[in-house]
Amino acid sequence: MSTIVASSLFQQLTSAYQEVETTNESSLLKSLRQGAYAHFEQAGFPTVKHEDWKYTNIHHLVNKTYVLNAEVDIANLDLSKADIPGLDAHRIVLVNGQYVLAFSSLDDEVGVVVKSIQEAVEEIHFQKHFAQHADKTGSAMVALNTALYTSGIYLSVPKNKVVSKPIQIVHIATGDQEFFAQTRNLYILEANAEAEIIESFITLDNTASNLHNKVTEIVLDENAKLQHYYLQLASDTGSYINHTEVYQTKHSLYNNYNCNFPGVAFVRNDINVRLDAENVESHLYGVNLLADKQLVDNHTIVDHMKPHCESYEWYKNIPQDEATAVFNGKIFVREDAQKTNAFQQNNNMLIGDKSAVYTKPQLEIFADDVKCSHGCTMGQFDEDALFYLRARGIGEESARVLLVHAFAFDVTSRFSNDAVRAYVEDLVAKGLEE
Amino acid sequence: MLKISNLHASVEGKQILKGLNLEVKAGEIHAIMGPNGAGKSTLGNVLAGRDSYEVTEGEALLDGVDLLDMSPEDRAREGLFLAFQYPVEIPGVSNINFLKTAVNDIREYKGLPPIEAKEFLQLVKEKQKLVEFSANLANRSLNEGFSGGEKKRNEIFQLAMLNPKLAILDETDSGLDIDALRIVANGVNQLRSQDNAFVVITHYQRLLDYIIPDFVHVLYDGRIVKTGPKELALELEEKGYDWLKEVDTLNA
Repeated sequence: MSTIVASSLFQQLTSAYQEVETTNESSLLKSLRQGAYAHFEQAGFPTVKHEDWKYTNIHHLVNKTYVLNAEVDIANLDLSKADIPGLDAHRIVLVNGQYVLAFSSLDDEVGVVVKSIQEAVEEIHFQKHFAQHADKTGSAMVALNTALYTSGIYLSVPKNKVVSKPIQIVHIATGDQEFFAQTRNLYILEANAEAEIIESFITLDNTASNLHNKVTEIVLDENAKLQHYYLQLASDTGSYINHTEVYQTKHSLYNNYNCNFPGVAFVRNDINVRLDAENVESHLYGVNLLADKQLVDNHTIVDHMKPHCESYEWYKNIPQDEATAVFNGKIFVREDAQKTNAFQQNNNMLIGDKSAVYTKPQLEIFADDVKCSHGCTMGQFDEDALFYLRARGIGEESARVLLVHAFAFDVTSRFSNDAVRAYVEDLVAKGLEE
Repeated sequence: MLKISNLHASVEGKQILKGLNLEVKAGEIHAIMGPNGAGKSTLGNVLAGRDSYEVTEGEALLDGVDLLDMSPEDRAREGLFLAFQYPVEIPGVSNINFLKTAVNDIREYKGLPPIEAKEFLQLVKEKQKLVEFSANLANRSLNEGFSGGEKKRNEIFQLAMLNPKLAILDETDSGLDIDALRIVANGVNQLRSQDNAFVVITHYQRLLDYIIPDFVHVLYDGRIVKTGPKELALELEEKGYDWLKEVDTLNA
């Protein structure tokens, strides 16, 4: 144990790393951690001087100390905040990023492997893919995670397996100690496998403030299909930095539905998809209804590396009160990626005089035979539409809910799961009432 | 049913209505005609409660209830309906969901329970026929991509669904071809009863061939300057509005 009393998270992490170095992990893992830590130590936490973090200041989150590997009481956890009406799903629970509980119903899914990431080191996919995708981005937060992740989920779906029902992963924050948690997930879908993963982030009542640095790497083999939902429902003591890196091979399909609601204080999502084969399809959807002083920053990269791929991205932000939404959508079309079809749209509806949106659609095209479009809009409530609805006897509150639903419709109508869609629409209505 | 007295209203500081009086009894149809800028559409919008219109004087009672202090939704719940000159397109809000919300909000105001799903669908089916509205249109997003005629037919469809006491048709005939005009007029004629009333705002006599008014009023410079039987509409069609300037001067 270090005898120096740490005054910042950075110092705490330095001593934590020294402890990790002395453990008897595999040499593969050790060298990965070493390289990653050196990177993080040199880069440090990102600041607003970094272009990618210009509007997203994490200084107040990292300039303090946390409990790093807090004891967690996993008895009698109340998961009801993650319940989705009408949804029949397998459940995996991750408590404070430390403990993985997999419910036994998953045993029925023949060949599907679910275990904690610590127990997955011997898996072939782990050895082949772990830290081979997200770490290539050069992100300091990813490097920090690789160096010091403590737990997380390893999930693999075997060849030709179609998982019979959705898998819900519940990320719970609980406890009265302020904690910092780093989870690391690796999801593998082998050829022709299909799955639906719904990740819900919740905070139990009376939980002290908590900061998460999560990294998820996803690999889709040939013709694999993944529907992937993020439902951010945490309370205002929670702050999340999430990095999702998706690596796709030919004929695979990845759909991400990223939904953030009032509550959680701070969210930074990096969602990157690499289309590294022909005939790959990726869809990124976002609905962000914010309130109070929330900040939600979604950075996405769609990387067209090979020809004949299609990507479709649509983000809708609805900041209320003093909330801030950031959207940065980068599309690369590499020299090889002829016949690319890439669409991107970001629409913003600002409600509340002090709400803010920073949006930056970016296209970098190096191929010459491609179809790409991008655009963004800023607006407020359409007063004419509001009056039209009210003139038919619809109350002002309901009229506003109808109009926000209508605004989000381009995205919500594309949800693959009807129960999740109804749930999200209900959360939108509730998020507007408060 | 409707009693408007000495109504003054302005838009962005400009006085549009300058002491308008009008009384409409149950079972009656009143036509309001007049040149551009006389205040016809202002009248409809002021009664429905659009924000940008400011009432500076006067009152408008619907069965003794003063409308002017109420929110737009409460006016509608009290039984006022404005068929818009330019119905708004709202992509993402389905026509049916919109109508159901409106019907139930009005029922709640009256202390009634929400309408049964079956009863609602029956009502939709029945009223659709009235304006020869296909199920396809009823299920689409509200007015999205509708032709001018379809939008106006949708206004009458909504009118039929909500069954108001007093309906104001604001230039419902504008932009309609003769077939659509006939359909809209037929709808209105089937809806009229001894318990409701209509105020038909129009530029042209044409609509009044189909919807026969009990009274024709001429609105000029913010006031009603002449009232007569349905034949007055024909006279206006023939002589235009210019001669009214003299009437107005005489009245002043």
